[in-house]
Amino acid sequence: MTFNDILLMRHELLLTAVMLLVLIVDLFATGNNRKLIIPLALVMFLIITVVGFLPAQYGKLFGGMYETSGTTILMKNVLNIAVFIIFLQSVAWLKLEENKQKLAEYFVLILSTLIGMNLMISSGDFLMLYIGLETATIPLAALAAYTHHQTKSAEAGIKLILSSALSSGIMLYGISMVYGTTGSVSFTEVALNWANAPLQMLAFLFFFAGMAFKISLVPFHLWTADVYEGAPVNVTSYLSVVSKGSAAFVLMLVLFRVFPSIVDHWQKVLYAIAVLTMTIGNLFALRQQNLKRFLAFSSIAQAGFILLGIIGASSLGMTTVIFFVLAYVFTNLAAFGVLSAISAATGKENMADYNGLYQTNPRLSLLLMLAMFSLAGIPPVAGFFGKFFLFTSAASKGFYWLVFIAVVNATISLYYYLLPVKAMFINKNENPIPSFRSDFYTKAGLLLAAAGTLAIGMLSIGYEYIASFSFGLQ
Amino acid sequence: MTNYSYTLLIPLIPLTIFLLTGLSGHRFKPIYSGLAGTMGLTMAAFLSYITAIRYFFIDGPVNGMYPQIKAISTVWLRFTDTLHIDMGILIDPISVMMLVVVTTVSLMAHIYSLGYMKGERGFARFYSFLSLFSFSMLGLVLATNIFQMYIFWELVGVSSFLLIGFYYEKPSAVAASKKAFIVTRFADLGFLIGILMLSFTTDTFDFISLTSSTGPAIASSAGTAFMGLSVISWALILIFIGGAGKSAMFPLHIWLPDAMEGPTPVSALIHAATMVVAGVYLVARLFPAYALTAPDALHVVAWVGGFSSLFAAVIALTQIDIKRVLAFSTMSQIGYMMMALGVSGYGDHEGLGYMASMFHLFTHAMFKALLFLGAGSIIHAVHSNNMTDMGGLRKYLPITHITFLIACLTIAGIPPLSGFWSKDEILAAALHHNPVLFAIGFGVAGLTAFYMFRLYYNIFWGHDRHYHHTPHESPLVMTIPLMFLALAAIFSGFLPFSHMVTSDLKPFEAHTDLAVAIPSVLIALAGIGVATVMYRKPNTLPDRLASSIKVLYTASLRKFWIDEIYQFVTKKILFAGVSRPIAWFDRHVIDATMNLVGWVVVTTSSKIKGFQSGQVQQYAAVFISSVILLVLVFVYLFSN
Repeated sequence: MTFNDILLMRHELLLTAVMLLVLIVDLFATGNNRKLIIPLALVMFLIITVVGFLPAQYGKLFGGMYETSGTTILMKNVLNIAVFIIFLQSVAWLKLEENKQKLAEYFVLILSTLIGMNLMISSGDFLMLYIGLETATIPLAALAAYTHHQTKSAEAGIKLILSSALSSGIMLYGISMVYGTTGSVSFTEVALNWANAPLQMLAFLFFFAGMAFKISLVPFHLWTADVYEGAPVNVTSYLSVVSKGSAAFVLMLVLFRVFPSIVDHWQKVLYAIAVLTMTIGNLFALRQQNLKRFLAFSSIAQAGFILLGIIGASSLGMTTVIFFVLAYVFTNLAAFGVLSAISAATGKENMADYNGLYQTNPRLSLLLMLAMFSLAGIPPVAGFFGKFFLFTSAASKGFYWLVFIAVVNATISLYYYLLPVKAMFINKNENPIPSFRSDFYTKAGLLLAAAGTLAIGMLSIGYEYIASFSFGLQ
Repeated sequence: MTNYSYTLLIPLIPLTIFLLTGLSGHRFKPIYSGLAGTMGLTMAAFLSYITAIRYFFIDGPVNGMYPQIKAISTVWLRFTDTLHIDMGILIDPISVMMLVVVTTVSLMAHIYSLGYMKGERGFARFYSFLSLFSFSMLGLVLATNIFQMYIFWELVGVSSFLLIGFYYEKPSAVAASKKAFIVTRFADLGFLIGILMLSFTTDTFDFISLTSSTGPAIASSAGTAFMGLSVISWALILIFIGGAGKSAMFPLHIWLPDAMEGPTPVSALIHAATMVVAGVYLVARLFPAYALTAPDALHVVAWVGGFSSLFAAVIALTQIDIKRVLAFSTMSQIGYMMMALGVSGYGDHEGLGYMASMFHLFTHAMFKALLFLGAGSIIHAVHSNNMTDMGGLRKYLPITHITFLIACLTIAGIPPLSGFWSKDEILAAALHHNPVLFAIGFGVAGLTAFYMFRLYYNIFWGHDRHYHHTPHESPLVMTIPLMFLALAAIFSGFLPFSHMVTSDLKPFEAHTDLAVAIPSVLIALAGIGVATVMYRKPNTLPDRLASSIKVLYTASLRKFWIDEIYQFVTKKILFAGVSRPIAWFDRHVIDATMNLVGWVVVTTSSKIKGFQSGQVQQYAAVFISSVILLVLVFVYLFSN
């Protein structure tokens, strides 16, 4: 193994380096010096985000267990951008007295899950995939329970770890059956030896259920709302954007690479799951009062839309999925950014608290409105283009009914996405959330998210860039 | 080949200034917004002139043909691998010519407004809107494809709406801006359908491939027919409807006279020189497609243009409001341009009409902007739009007077002023094609000379009126644009247009046809003569004439009751006959259905909330049973 081979793992290695650096600095930091970890981690992470975009070599490592390509690097870069914005938005919350002592943990835990996700994306066999999955999941439970003195946060952690233990079990069971019937766990060999045996079908479904759990597709979504509600806002935004996005990427990659021979079968599964997910997600989102819970169900419904891009199994579909996730990153982080800023300043997280917000915090209100419009898919913001492209890709493969159902669901979703807007702009409130000033990091995070929401739809460069790395079955 | 990518700056400068002054204009003194806008436009104009000089004179034709250069092009929205909307910049003879027209007139309007709008509330807003308009219009003329043009077309419509309604406290201005927006928007529906039909048949939006003689548009023109015309012809006719709406062609012209509610520099810029000729530009852009595949559509263009020009000229004879006279004159002259396009053939000398149309567009922009800015200067002096409140102003407004006279002579077609040359080519092309259209054009030339000099004499000659205070000449910042445009109006006729802007991009020799030129000058002189007799000195002749042909006079004064017809059709027929039943249906059937859907959704939502119990053991149970259910369904579906 040469130095150049090791460089193939550039993303993972850099993340590990930053993680270790933060850990070591934390060991020696005392008292107020701890605060310096924040700019250190941010700058380091910004650097590796930028480095991630530099041209890289593609190839395989460890006998094909690990591989990189333009597509995987692109996906990792999307995740990096999201994590950078989340870091910026977390600063105000991390500086609170109660979190000061353990702020390094936050960075370390997030970075370690991110390494897991990168490994999942780059995995060339099921074993690596599973290792990545666990690396990504277990620290997440710790993150959800970050403010463990709060019952809800602790509850979120325990629920997440219990549920994912179950889903990992099922998935591992599926993988063991894959190995049992094909004699290999490598993606290429499994695809070659696939014989459509009944046991293999079972294996596929078990594996799929495990991934569906991560993306929180209905009916494997039940953990989502409780965990999202209980976890700190920034962890929730990480769960809903990065964790979900990476799992969607992995599901797409595995379906395209390992299961092309049963494409007719998994298209039917995805069809049913997509309809269920969009509809159920919407029905539950309608009645949520807690904004984190509200966004949890909204993110379930959005995950249903993602399946529209995967189902066509085309290169266009892959482009649209990656683009949608990117648009969703900016949009959802704009929404969560506002939530996080308000939560850090006042601790309020309910829709009713937002009544009359426009009077006191017009900029935050406008930003949240922008995010809601984008989630609902109103042109010309990013969310509109994301949905439009997904629908195009599904329609181009003839899934007209699915697109129709998706359009109906998008229409229904408009109702609840406008509820927060109504609360902020129309509803009267005797004592609304007082106006407050945010620090530099929060502002930068919000600005990045807003700029992305506005720009990536209008500027086509991003879409064309993604399209150049996409591949499909046909 | 020369690199023209710097032309991207030409639209981007006004955009930047719009964003700057629009977002933070209120933080500075208003005058800074005005100066910023003017400076930005100066830069844009400078770059446009450089581009024009390089394109026409330094680079010139390559192999006897002007190249069509895509200076910049990027895919903006991809529908399929072949069909995508691009954003880019197309450099070719007409776009370069329009660059010069738009930036010149816009710059003049910017400078002029520094004086004209001085002290107005909303001065900064006015300038930011002007920048927005300049950006949109430049984007429109530089568009590489029809969809990009459509996007900017709508942006131009929006900025026109904003500027017509600039005095938003005046109900008439608000009504006029709404009217302009709705009428043109209505016409744009035709444009959009046309674009969709065209792109569906040809699988491209791109102008170069749509107009290339080997391109898909021309190849598929022989395709399916509907009511005797090919799909391409229908598409092009629908696209022309969009152009007719923007260019105020009969019967979609009703918004233009009302649009004069906007500030006068806006009328000069948008409603005389640039936006209203967008329709002509659109047809010219697609001209090879019209000429080679859809001669029927071209006939429609010719007749609509010819009729509009006559119709508007007749109305202009009797109007009292000087801006409305000019508005109808604009409509009439644009009709001329449309007619010239309609009678033109493709290639070489056959394309005389095309060349003449573009030539007239250029000269008209200069002298009509001059007329409007002159009218603004007059209105500035006497605080009224009506010629009954004016008279004898030549003593008080010497510069305005001379420049206005030059413009009147130009539009009347007196040699060697620019209007003569371009109008002469149009008439020659019409004569070559169709004697009836030539007769219309010829008659309009006489009418034009008459009503312009009626206007001129009524304003500058005759009795002094009882002015509240002595009228005085406008400040230099307003008269300099007048003088500049007067020079342009005099000399722009000497540009060798047939060597620059032609239907097939190849230069050709155009000659002045004396058999057309002499009669057209004579009829112009006749028109001026009649106007001199009737209006030079106050007399009773006009009144006697008006009462002897009372019906015609009233019809013209009331603009042939077209507005009233629209009112009748919309209010009495559409609203009562169609909208009411639809409204009932909407309220009782559609709303009820929607309420039902809402009720179902909310009820289901509350019924199923039990699933979300918060019990993690229940979640696990659901998880396992879902997997089992999935397996069962799978077994059932694929058991064979």
